[in-house]
Amino acid sequence: MKVVVDLSRCQGYAQCAFLAPDAFRMHGEEALMYNPTPDDAQREQVLRAAAACPLQAILVDQLEERDAPVQAPPS
Amino acid sequence: MSSADTLQAFKRDGRIAIVGASLAGLRAAEALRAEGFTGSLTMIGDEVGEPYDRPPLSKQVLTGWVPAGGTTLPRRRDIDAEWLLGVPADGLDLATNHVHLADGREVPFDRVLISTGVRARPWFVESEADLDGVFVVRTREHADGLQRALAAGPSRVLVIGAGFTGSEIASICRERDIPVTVAELAPAPLVGALGAMIGEVASDMQRAHGVDLRCGVKVTHLEGDAQGHFRRAHFSDGSTIDADVAVVALGGIRNTDWLRDSGLAAGVWGIACDTGCRALTLDGLITDDIFVAGDVARCPNPIYEYRLISLEHWANAVEQAEVAAHNMVSAQADRWPHLTIPTFWSIQFGVNIKSVGVPTFADEVVVTQGSVPDHRFVAAYGYQGRVTAAVSFNNAKWLDHYRQLIETAAPFPPPCPTPDGPADAKPVPVDFPSPQLLAQGATVVVTGHDPSERRVTAAWQHR
Repeated sequence: MKVVVDLSRCQGYAQCAFLAPDAFRMHGEEALMYNPTPDDAQREQVLRAAAACPLQAILVDQLEERDAPVQAPPS
Repeated sequence: MSSADTLQAFKRDGRIAIVGASLAGLRAAEALRAEGFTGSLTMIGDEVGEPYDRPPLSKQVLTGWVPAGGTTLPRRRDIDAEWLLGVPADGLDLATNHVHLADGREVPFDRVLISTGVRARPWFVESEADLDGVFVVRTREHADGLQRALAAGPSRVLVIGAGFTGSEIASICRERDIPVTVAELAPAPLVGALGAMIGEVASDMQRAHGVDLRCGVKVTHLEGDAQGHFRRAHFSDGSTIDADVAVVALGGIRNTDWLRDSGLAAGVWGIACDTGCRALTLDGLITDDIFVAGDVARCPNPIYEYRLISLEHWANAVEQAEVAAHNMVSAQADRWPHLTIPTFWSIQFGVNIKSVGVPTFADEVVVTQGSVPDHRFVAAYGYQGRVTAAVSFNNAKWLDHYRQLIETAAPFPPPCPTPDGPADAKPVPVDFPSPQLLAQGATVVVTGHDPSERRVTAAWQHR
């Protein structure tokens, strides 16, 4: 699964790091580091973290694999 | 057909091309579909693979936590686009509305969004840039190569340039316990973006973490061994340093070369546009079908005296993309101006650095909250008696308050009703290095005498 955090909105509440510690970690006192491709086994935790973010700064992929773009064929 | 009918027909059956398939391009495509555009959408990008996120490349990826290929951007919806990836655009024809691709193909469009971003500025001597162990960091491939080099345990890393990227890389080297030397031409790190006061704080932070920081020097020569591997760097003060890895972090070059003959106001400064993201021609006329977003756009900001400002900020790319997409499928009266106050963040040496506003648009700076020695404070920037920006070190929750001060042109220095105001809050000159670079690209000539034939022509400089 794919995740991106809008760090310009993030204010370091650390709810995500509490709910999905394998995907989100605090770096120092208030900076957030996250894994943009957490294991699918963590999906429930990551979705819970995204829902709990007070700033709603966490975006989780809405797409199925089949919708991924393909590279242009060589011409 | 009324103009409303024309717009409906365009939203239903029109053709939109997006040149530049990274953050801004992807977000614009998603927004176009969300706005009800059902016509054909073509995504053109010079890199192979899906759009990915760049900020983690100089952070999570270099620590070894996340693989370089693992920063693909999540999608909010299927954009049902035709993807032309791995091939750059090399021309834009405004007379016939076609994008030319480097492989000879042509993509017709009714409206086009340009979001081609910036590329890393390479080391200026090509043979030295080609040495093994010399890196830039902009793409996944770059980050992957540097991560491997760091994992191999180099004896020392040299970082050339102490802007945000260079400072983040130095921070990661120390986290990985790798000796690192940082060479910066300015008197301190981050000075170009945040001024001398913050530069001093950044210097202290680097030195406290064991970085061998050398300011006011230029790297003059990168020396390789017989096998073509980087081994030593020579400095303008006559000193040398032995290292196995050199990271060139000298900023970016805007990807506008392909627009050279397009007639757009595009050059080293970016592509000029209005607040509705519509591109300007060389003559300064607004186009109606050519839109710009992201790092490559240069947009006037009324808060900053309508100066044309280009920003390499993540949030700016997202917000401009959404405004551009909305305006591409809206009637004149329904268009939005992009008036967001810029925001920026960096994570280095365990400190969360964030800014709101444009710190370079300032003549004074004052610490308004917290403690500078503790690296937990807010500094406000002012220009001619009003607040224009703020920077926080580990104090980001306050920035919304400063955004409001900027938006309402609050007086500078601002009143500080907070309990953690420093005792000696006294404004000091902001002291940015002189903008010598601005003079380098001067660049157009006016032709014709009658109003009907007066035009501006680009005079490309050879450097």
